Amino acid sequence: MANWKTIAEEAADVASGTNSAIKNVEKALKLIEDNSEYQAIINVIKDRALYRAKEIDAKVAKGEKVGRLVGVPFIAKDNFLTYGSETTAASNILKGFEAPYQSTAINKLEAEGAICVAKANLDAFAHGGSTENSDFFVTKNPLDKTRVAGGSSGGSAAAVALGLAPFALGSDTGGSIRQPSSFCGVVGLKPTYGLVSRSGVVAMASSTDVIGPITTSVQDAALVLDVMSGTDPLDSTTIVRNNQPYTVYKQPNTPKIGVIKEYMDEGVDPEVKKVIEEAIQRLKNAGAKIEYVSLPSLPLALAVYYIVVPAEVSSNLSRYDGQRFGFSDGTAVNLDDSYELSRSRGFGAEAKRRIMIGTHVLSSGYYDAYYKKAQTVRTKLCQEFTSVFEKVDYLLGPVVPEVAFKIGANSEDPLKMYLVDIMTVASNLVGVPAISVPAGTAQGMPVGIQLIAPQQHDLDLLQLAKWYEETR
Amino acid sequence: MSQLSKQDILKLARLARLRLSDVEVEKYQKELSAILGYVEHLDSVDTSGLTPTYQVSGLTNVVREDEIIDYGTSQEDLLKNVPIRDGAYVKVKRML
Repeated sequence: MANWKTIAEEAADVASGTNSAIKNVEKALKLIEDNSEYQAIINVIKDRALYRAKEIDAKVAKGEKVGRLVGVPFIAKDNFLTYGSETTAASNILKGFEAPYQSTAINKLEAEGAICVAKANLDAFAHGGSTENSDFFVTKNPLDKTRVAGGSSGGSAAAVALGLAPFALGSDTGGSIRQPSSFCGVVGLKPTYGLVSRSGVVAMASSTDVIGPITTSVQDAALVLDVMSGTDPLDSTTIVRNNQPYTVYKQPNTPKIGVIKEYMDEGVDPEVKKVIEEAIQRLKNAGAKIEYVSLPSLPLALAVYYIVVPAEVSSNLSRYDGQRFGFSDGTAVNLDDSYELSRSRGFGAEAKRRIMIGTHVLSSGYYDAYYKKAQTVRTKLCQEFTSVFEKVDYLLGPVVPEVAFKIGANSEDPLKMYLVDIMTVASNLVGVPAISVPAGTAQGMPVGIQLIAPQQHDLDLLQLAKWYEETR
Repeated sequence: MSQLSKQDILKLARLARLRLSDVEVEKYQKELSAILGYVEHLDSVDTSGLTPTYQVSGLTNVVREDEIIDYGTSQEDLLKNVPIRDGAYVKVKRML
């Protein structure tokens, strides 16, 4: 739905006085209200957004210098701490939580004049691939209300697909930006690990969490990344960014693209496979050199992921103890009782499941067999990525082996739900950037292709993605 | 190794400070056993000579000056989410 021009055009319109920030905010709030049936949004940030819009418009009227995203509304996944609304991570344990500070990513966007207007639904604590694990409600796919929008950034992807705002923010621990983007037919970028500060984003798995933009075009994603990326004294895991702006487009010169054999073999829906093969043909026609490559340890990535991530989850979620913030059970008689009751009543089923798996794989007697073993197989994966990137510049494959599934189809079987992540988790485990770009449809639903580049080659990745976008 | 008993689940729940109903214990016993059964095939992977990867960007020991930076957040802002308060103190239930 073309409710908005490109982000740069929207900002230019506000800067020139052709449009105003206040009109943009009112438009976004109206669109959010009109599309409430999709349940993409948990909370709107009305007062603060309108206040900031007025400030921005006054600046423009006075001829003061304004930022690159001036007056552009956006939506953040509800695991980003924000001023002006609750931050719940779609969990009961954080219901009513008002963040005392704001995430760095949002501060950087605001410094360039962007305005956060709402918080999007997710699987509680970003645990899941369909938003069905949200403690509040399930987001519906904008193209078919009986299907999921994907997850965990399902609300963000649906919001962008519905055109509620020009862009949204998501977080990606094992595919949570790319998978819903594929399911909703939008662009979702998972940058290199460490490129964007995670300060003020509810932690899930610290060794794989990244945050990134969900947009309707690659150039919009590049602009948002350009504003958000870079080192942050509040996040010691941030890396020094590329000197060149991510927004400058240079057409790739006969790029070498490796099609991942393991992702094209069995288990991929035939119609999805056809879309990916057409994408490969388009890139070939445009001048790309295509070869099929193998990363033999890829089939192990999901098992590694479902050991490492729950381990980190169990650690990161230990801070929800009912004492300092979040839900606290008032009936407890002593401190230990208070911990147990607050956590048992505050956490949903999936959070509990992951906390217990994590506790198991980290417990003495099992640590070596599960956790250490998984982290060692992770080394194997990293080595295979390094060596394949000596042969090719990029990797290509599907994002998900299927299209958006029906609401409820996987919710009775947690393991089946985990298998949805099979083609996205490896990029997180090795820290490389990956993007989902709309490539076509299967069974009438959107299909994305996944493009992957070596660590810190985010600019190259964006250029390839835009190049692909132009072949369509 | 992957079959968890009821006792195992109760022990894990206790370690993680979770209190489970009988229905939950039964459900998690089944689900966690299935998930651990799935991840178990890593056992047979040859990883001899390899060390674990805990961090992927290569950063080590990022240090900074130990100094006070004013972020404009008041004590009240930081305390406003505390469930039970006594002035500027966080109040907790008795230990025993």
